Parts: sequence; structure tokens; C-alpha cells
Amino acid sequence: MPDVARVAARPYPFSPPDRLNLDPLYAELRRVEPLTRVRLPFGEEAWLATRYVDVRTVLGDARFSRAASVGRDEPRLTPRQIEGGILSMDPPGHTRLRRLVAKAFTARRVEQLRPRTRQIADELIDAMVTAGPPADLVEHFATPLPIQVICELLGVPFADRHLFHVWSEAIVSTTSLSPEQIHEYLDNLYRYIGELVQQRRREPTDDLICAMVRARDEHQDRFTEQEVVQLAAGLLAAGHETTVTQLPNFAYVLLTHPDQLARLRAEPARVPTAIEELMRYVPLGVASAFARYATEDIEVGGVLVRAGEPVIGSLSSANRDETVFADPDRLDLGRETNPHIGFGHGVHHCLGAQLARMELQVGIGTLVARLPELRIAVPEPELTWKSGMIVRGLARMPVTW
Amino acid sequence: MSAGWRIEVDARRCIGSGSCVGMAQAHFRMESGLATPIAAAVEPTETVIDAAESCPVEAIAVRDDDGVLIAPA
Ligand code: HEM
Ligand code: SF4
Repeated sequence: MPDVARVAARPYPFSPPDRLNLDPLYAELRRVEPLTRVRLPFGEEAWLATRYVDVRTVLGDARFSRAASVGRDEPRLTPRQIEGGILSMDPPGHTRLRRLVAKAFTARRVEQLRPRTRQIADELIDAMVTAGPPADLVEHFATPLPIQVICELLGVPFADRHLFHVWSEAIVSTTSLSPEQIHEYLDNLYRYIGELVQQRRREPTDDLICAMVRARDEHQDRFTEQEVVQLAAGLLAAGHETTVTQLPNFAYVLLTHPDQLARLRAEPARVPTAIEELMRYVPLGVASAFARYATEDIEVGGVLVRAGEPVIGSLSSANRDETVFADPDRLDLGRETNPHIGFGHGVHHCLGAQLARMELQVGIGTLVARLPELRIAVPEPELTWKSGMIVRGLARMPVTW
Repeated sequence: MSAGWRIEVDARRCIGSGSCVGMAQAHFRMESGLATPIAAAVEPTETVIDAAESCPVEAIAVRDDDGVLIAPA
């Protein structure tokens, strides 16, 4: 096997994010150098896997570990070290924590939230229509919808959203906040959730935080207080920064592909299939991170990865792999076989995947059905994109109808 | 007499998340993108319950030797 290990590492991400466009270097690497050395803004050098099959191996094979990242100078986009939590654990510790909440996020349980999600979406559109165009789709629709859903599921007061929306940014910020602000915001978020946990203990309710508290109190030895607080805070923040960003991204892609949008309007039953294609097509992350550490020597993409070395799998690149997806750079809302890994793969496969799917189906479905004349209200080049974050998305999306 | 358990994966439901394979690699493997049990009959063990309880689409069923569903609850 060639020992390409010691060639100079490329700076990663390869280029500053350009809207939702994926750097063409990924395609070239998939062809000629499927495992390559990269250096992220922070932390040690790593391997980057770009082919679908290799990314699935890195994420799915138990010989690759997230727990082994603890105590290492993990390659990352953010100045702050990723401090433990569910994404830094392996089975069986990971399984123990994941089971605490997995039930609340199954397809069956999420389906029960669909009517209420529809209602929230309809109310937001009603308010937009009443106020009249233009509106900011980010502020008036894409932000409140997932936040209200996750708040009701967890039992976090929606009225406090202005507080934790600000604090949640600390989790996805790269340079948009100073390291001191990131610390302060995270402290605030954990303190806020910690207080809610105490309150549920005194006055039990019928929500997920309360169920987590009950599980912790019944099995004192199974979960620590910190684990419960950190996981609940993680759910609140994850329920914020991901779907909130993807909803406008999806709307943007649809509005810039009018022929495909027209077909979707004509056949709303295609929305779920369309959402899967949008998940494949839109590279949410500015770059992938959460490196997996090899626990033994393993061959990946023709290279022998040595025990102890970190490997990052690029989800966005895997989702454009021409050996899996025909004509991968083309948006095809009717794509039938679509084994994309936009929600990851393996034990860390997104806990909120079924919830996010449902929210995106309802959100996009409602926009398409209720605002047939929807269009972007400014010329494309005037749209402002977020910067200094680990996700790509519009800062504002002025729309009219 | 050791009472065995039986595990099944409903291929129509499985979304290939790979979660069960990572949690209980002795009991599940991926085949053409979907999970499948390595052996249908297993000795009772908590890890197959973990996998069934954590499957996002409840595609895994664990039954005792009388066919009574043990997981998911
Ligand atoms: C469109 C929306 C979303 C996308 C694209 C997304 C994507 C992802 C991805 C790719 C991972 C795996 C990361 C890795 O393995 O390195 C992940 C994990 C996770 N996601 Fe999501 N996510 C979304 C929405 C949500 C929502 C709404 C929630 C919460 C309710 C959530 C909670 C989580 C959690 C807790 C994990 C860690 C799971 C574990 O370590 O076992 N996500 N997500
Ligand atoms: S956990 Fe469920 S959905 Fe995921 S691979 Fe296993 S059976 Fe399929």
C-alpha cells in the first residue's frame, strides 16, 4: 500500500463556503486520492475520506472510535474543544445514554407530532400573509417552526427562546463569537437547563426533560446529572441550528430550480422523496469534523490508517459519489434510490433524523401549498449568507408572494 | 433448558442507519445497505434489546421462544 501519509496536509475546509456549492476538489479527490491529509483550523492533522463506501466504513465500523478523541487535540473548526457528550462516546456508554432519549425520536413518536407541526406552520404562514409581503423566511418561518416543536417536545418554555437561541449559537460558531463569549453562552445554556431539570423534579410534567429526570432519579448509578443536562441542552441546540438552517437552504434550492419546483407543486405527494434528495444535495456543513480515531491499523481507501490516527468522513462528498448516485451533481427531486448519509451513519446516526425529516416535509410542504407565488424578493447576489459558523445557510431570506 | 431469543429485521422499515450494527456488531451486519441479523436465534443478551430499543424506525423485533415480543417495548 502506498504510504502517502507524509505528504503535506491540505488546509481544510479547502475554500471558504460559497453559498451551497461544494468545492470541486472533493470530486477530484474521490477519483485520485480518496484518503487525503488535511489540517483543520484547530487541532491535529487528520485523514479525510471522500468516497461513499469509505465514509460509511469510518462512521460505521466499530474499530473507529469517537471516545478515543477525548484527551486528544481533536481536529475541529471551532476554537473550543468538544467536551464529552454523546458524540464523544462509544458503545456501551454511548448506548446507555442514547437509550435514555431514543424512544422519543422514533418515526412512530415523531408522526404523532406531525399534526401539531402542521398547525404551527400554518399559523406562521397566516401571520406572514396578514402582515403582507415581503417577509424574511428565516426569521418569520424557518426559525420559529423547529424551535417551537423542540421546545414542546422537551418542555422548554418557548417564551425563553430569545435567550437560548443566542446561547445555542455557541455550539455552531467558529469565528462569529469570541472564545470568551462561547464559554459564557454555553455556561448560560447549561445553567438554564440545569434549573429546568430541578424544577421538573419538584413539579413533574409530561415532557422529555421530565422523563429524563425520572430515568436519572430511578437509576442514580446509570446517568449523572451532568450527562442529563448536557444531553438536554444538546437536543435544544441541535433542534435549533440544523433544521432552522436547512429549511431556508431547501427553499432557496427549490426557488432557484423553478422547473422542479413546479412539478412538486403539481404533485405534493412527492414532498418526502424531494426532501431526501435535498438532504443529499445540500451540503449543510462547511466541512465535516468529529473525526473517528482508528483503534487498530485499518485499510481505508487504499491507505493503511495506523492505530491512533484520526479520520474524518466527508458526508457532503459521500452524497455526491458518482459510483452510488447517478449524475450526482444534478438535483433530481424524483430520485428513487437515495441512500444519502446526510444524517450520518452508524451509532451516531442523527438522533433527530426522523424529527428533522418530518419538520422539513411539513415546512416545505406548507410553503409550496400555501404560497404558490413564493419567490426571492431581491436579486440573488444580494442574499446574505452566514459566516463564521460550521453550517452554511442564509442569514436572511427576503421573500415575496 | 436455555430459553433462546429470536431476532428479526423488517427490511421494509429499515432505513440502513447502521445504528444496530454499531451497537451490537456480534448480532447484526449490513447487507446491501440494510441491516440483517447474523443469526436469527440468539442467547438472551441486553445488547440486542439495546439495538431494538434504539432503532429509529422500530424495524428490529426481539422475541422469546414462545414468540412473545420482548423489544421494542
Ligand atoms: C436537518 C437537520 C439535521 C441534520 C442535517 C443533522 C445531521 C446530523 C449528523 C450528520 C449527525 C452525525 C454526526 C456524526 O456522526 O459525526 C447528527 C447527530 C446528532 N443529531 Fe442531528 N441533524 C439534524 C437535526 C437534528 C435535530 C432536530 C436534533 C434534535 C432533536 C438532532 C440531534 C442530534 C444528536 C443528539 C446527534 C448525536 C447523536 C449521537 O451521538 O448518538 N439533530 N446529526
Ligand atoms: S437500527 Fe434499525 S434502521 Fe438502523 S440499520 Fe438497524 S434495523 Fe435498520
